[in-house]
Amino acid sequence: MKHDNAYTGQEFKVIGTRVKRPDGIDKVTGRARYGADASLPGQLVGRILRSPHAHARIKSIDTSKAEALPGVKAVVTAADMPVPEGLPADLAHMLENSMARERALYDGHAVAAVAAIDARTARKALGLIDVDYEPLPHVTDVDAAMQPDAPVIHDWLYTSGVDPKPEKPSNVSQRTEFGLGDLDQGFAEADVVIERSFRTEATHQGYIEPHACLANVRPDGSGELWVTTQGPFVYRNVCAQMLGMDIAKLKVTSSEIGGGFGGKTHVWAEPVALALSRKANRPVKLVMTRDEVFRASGPTSSTSMDIKLGATRDGTLVAARAEMRYGSGAFPGIWGMLSCMTSFACYEIANCKAIGYDVVLNRPKVAAYRAPSAPMAAFGVESAMDELAAATGMDPVEFRLKNASREGGQSHYGPVWGPIGIRATLEAVRDHPHMQAPLGPNQGRGMACGFWFNIGGQTCCDLNIGVDGTVTLTVGTVDVGGSRASLGLIAAEELGIPYEQVQVNIADTGSLGHNDMTEGSRGTFSSGMAAIFAARNAVAVLRERAAKMWDIPVDEVTWEDGQAKATGSEHGNLPPLTLADIAAKSPKTGGPIAGHNEVVADGAGVSFASHICDIEVDPETGATKVLRYTVVQDAGKAIHPDYVEGQFQGGAAQGIGWALNEEYIYGEDGRLQNPGFLDYRMPVCSDLPFIDTKILEIPNPGHPYGVRGVGETSIVPPLAAIGNALSNAVGVRMHHVPMSPPRILKALREHARTGPEKAA
Amino acid sequence: MLTVKANGSVRNALDGAESVEVTASTIRELLDRLADRYPALERELDAGIAVAVNGEIYRDDRDVVIPDGAEVFLLPRIPGG
Repeated sequence: MKHDNAYTGQEFKVIGTRVKRPDGIDKVTGRARYGADASLPGQLVGRILRSPHAHARIKSIDTSKAEALPGVKAVVTAADMPVPEGLPADLAHMLENSMARERALYDGHAVAAVAAIDARTARKALGLIDVDYEPLPHVTDVDAAMQPDAPVIHDWLYTSGVDPKPEKPSNVSQRTEFGLGDLDQGFAEADVVIERSFRTEATHQGYIEPHACLANVRPDGSGELWVTTQGPFVYRNVCAQMLGMDIAKLKVTSSEIGGGFGGKTHVWAEPVALALSRKANRPVKLVMTRDEVFRASGPTSSTSMDIKLGATRDGTLVAARAEMRYGSGAFPGIWGMLSCMTSFACYEIANCKAIGYDVVLNRPKVAAYRAPSAPMAAFGVESAMDELAAATGMDPVEFRLKNASREGGQSHYGPVWGPIGIRATLEAVRDHPHMQAPLGPNQGRGMACGFWFNIGGQTCCDLNIGVDGTVTLTVGTVDVGGSRASLGLIAAEELGIPYEQVQVNIADTGSLGHNDMTEGSRGTFSSGMAAIFAARNAVAVLRERAAKMWDIPVDEVTWEDGQAKATGSEHGNLPPLTLADIAAKSPKTGGPIAGHNEVVADGAGVSFASHICDIEVDPETGATKVLRYTVVQDAGKAIHPDYVEGQFQGGAAQGIGWALNEEYIYGEDGRLQNPGFLDYRMPVCSDLPFIDTKILEIPNPGHPYGVRGVGETSIVPPLAAIGNALSNAVGVRMHHVPMSPPRILKALREHARTGPEKAA
Repeated sequence: MLTVKANGSVRNALDGAESVEVTASTIRELLDRLADRYPALERELDAGIAVAVNGEIYRDDRDVVIPDGAEVFLLPRIPGG
């Protein structure tokens, strides 16, 4: 059924208020149940044996000693997880990533797993599995992997997107290109050209809750999976297909989620837990350690890029070129392509070209991380933009404003822009008091912009009205960032009742139709749209019931402020019926009152952010402290402003960590050197100032309330905003993220020796 | 008749053409007719294609009516985090 999702400019009563979060008490008192908090009678403990090699042929695996150990109930290898006929290539890669086949493709790749009566026995059993490896040459650096003499990781991988088609396999899975105009002509018009190269290291999403699940496969082939995930329906479909199960016979229930940020859109150990349970005929709980999360669940790409920008003397950006090389881990990815689509979105550039390369490496399979691929591209482009502004003698904000994308202009990735907020965010930055605050020695201020698409997707929900007039809204998108409160507000708004009268639940896969994952900032956008339509369906039923109670035609009943009102001269004196009045009589007027909706929620509105930050550099240690930080972002309609601000702050905090400290460090042996929070340095509260926010509400024309996604965009600007602040503070331009103390010290020393021209 | 433009990997599937002419009134018709003409597009359809109609991006809705003279762009399907 088609729905009109157009923005209507509706006046709101409860939307935009800051109601209490429904999950707050459980989360602060420890009652909330996460992935590791479920148990079943007779459950076993699952543990995974992982490769110590960056790349190795698995000549043989002898599990006999482990299987003979008392207390061990099952041992699985790839032989227990065959590739079902017709499994699509992306799922086959996911399956091989869950359990290595002929080769271990990275340090940490699973090679076998055990289920035992307790953790001690399981650990002991792992030590009894004898894997005979033949180490193979490895490559973990994205530039090295593109060299002609690099070890070729997959002999079946030929670069797509190049003409002529290559005759030899390589580590480059695809080349993509987006752009407009004539680049040569554009650079010929330019009076000033900035050309720089940048690198960014891989980071992890860093969710505090590790991957955890409880799998229970029964002898009849049906099963259950309790799991921390951003999408139980997708996990169900993927796991069932990988393991040859019927989709309807696998029930997946999502736990509360302790962070996902994209990393829980992908399965890692869950298929292994199901395979162990199937073999042992017992429930199996499998909780990854932090070491395993770092080594074997998906981080971001590590990248290398060349950015060239040209402007005329009056500050018009006339040409831009980006060549971006993104590692995708051990399997092909689309991350370089995504970098192309986001790189120049903030600006109107008549002549531009973005070229992306996706490159396989002996690293964990890359997964989405909050606005995937955009922060790295923005680091390069926004750093170069600051240099170009300086070269044209313009203020960096005014330079960006002069060249900002506008409604009706053509985006660099193709389509024309609808109503967008980049200019509004820049104007808000320009006028913000933060921009005028004084700075001290070794302190600097920087700003940068960011873009993300946001997405919609398949969505459905049920809205049921109890006989006491309370309302249950059941949705299928996991509440990652506060969507239960937002969706409760939407149901209350549509029905005209108080928010407190609505309870929002997240369904398991047996209780609702398919819902795509909570990804792409789509939770409140998509389920909100479904909730609006479901509530309107319920209102239609409420009007019918009121008409029946009054014995008047339904056309003469309206719904206003949570009440049915009779209209017209004949019935106008009837007292209104509240939702509770109608619900109380529902058993005798036709049974339960409900509204349902299934929708493909397209029309997600793109989002822009502009950030300001002040930092101070300690010249003796190279340590950088963020003193003040302000996020300005276009949210569309902010349903629950607290949560919108929280998303802005969370994105900025993660971006600050990425900018200053977080990185995957590999040794010469291709092994990850820092798989723990001690050596992989994420920011904690004491590292961060209060992150100030300013919400701009430019309505999305593709949503009845004007909602855009808000969860991702604010991780995009911080890398460049901090790089620009550093440059303004101490005169060195950093070209390598993270801008960690050793790199800054090195740059400061180089600067002192040779002057500011030398890059860091 | 629509003029359909493409970028990135989708353009490669259209034999590198910057734009192609198609007669179609909905996204479904558009993609069906293009897939008949360009077999390589099947791989892109499997991987996921989004269609931008006058700037609005549709990832899943194939029933969208495309107005005459609309700007139509084929793009790779975008994931999220």
